[in-house]
Amino acid sequence: MSDIEERVKKIVVEHLGVEEAKIQSDSKFIDDLGADSLDTVELVMAFEEEFGCEIPDDAAEKIVTLKDAVTYLTANSN
Amino acid sequence: MFKDRKLLVTGGTGSIGSSICNYFKNNGCEEISSTTTNLNKVKPDQNYIKFKELNLDNIENSNLDEVFDFDIDFLILNAGLNKDNIFLRMSSDDWNSVINVNVNSSFHLLKHFVKKMVKRRFGRIVFISSVVAYTGNPGQVNYTASKSAISGLVKSLALELSTRNITVNSVAPGFIRSNMTNRLNDEQKNAILERIPMKKLGDPNDIAKAVGFLCSENADYITGQTLHVNGGLALI
Repeated sequence: MSDIEERVKKIVVEHLGVEEAKIQSDSKFIDDLGADSLDTVELVMAFEEEFGCEIPDDAAEKIVTLKDAVTYLTANSN
Repeated sequence: MFKDRKLLVTGGTGSIGSSICNYFKNNGCEEISSTTTNLNKVKPDQNYIKFKELNLDNIENSNLDEVFDFDIDFLILNAGLNKDNIFLRMSSDDWNSVINVNVNSSFHLLKHFVKKMVKRRFGRIVFISSVVAYTGNPGQVNYTASKSAISGLVKSLALELSTRNITVNSVAPGFIRSNMTNRLNDEQKNAILERIPMKKLGDPNDIAKAVGFLCSENADYITGQTLHVNGGLALI
């Protein structure tokens, strides 16, 4: 697991209160991990803070799984 | 009552806006900020308020991250504009500027502040609406449309934010002694007084107290509501 994936997973575990073992790379935050739509906004804010970048709204809307987040942050974080 | 809380009131130099600032100050709120279109309007006794110059008619050109580089607990969307005329004589400029100031500016201010409130799991948002949003008023299609828009916004936003301990409510003043009603002539004022069961205009502080209530712990379970403060003028 990459360093980025580990950090993203940690945020998801902390924020959504789900067990790490239950998170698959393609688990959907809302459908599979019990997030509501505001949780997804908060997750994106937490990613921004952790990785020191700004995720624009149109990109944020496309981040619906752990994999999406890791892919975006790998390409865009410092 | 409001110790350690931070407040932002838009339009803090107006009658109702300055009353709201004053009420919160008198109830222990330590950090009070406000906006005005022109800093020259700030009165000497308002030096406890941190004023920001902001043109709500043209807010899209302002960098809100720069203007408001601080967090708040209470957001009072009070600034309002009226440009009255009968519909058939109303210019599109007068329509647009009233909708811009009274509705569109709120969208941008909320976008800026709500994210932070969600993160902190606390926020109290209060709009100043108007009785005429609920009764209609000839000569005010722009103003009543703008205040009615707020009514829908309050309900939807209240539902969206309810799980994050953020309440969204509005206060709908009737006829209050203010810069807006001072422009009425005696004949108009008397005609209004006849319609008010309490036979008097409201005081700006009556509105401030209602806003204070909605931000206090007494109103923790109240959201999506409108508190009508109008001396019985309209029972909604």
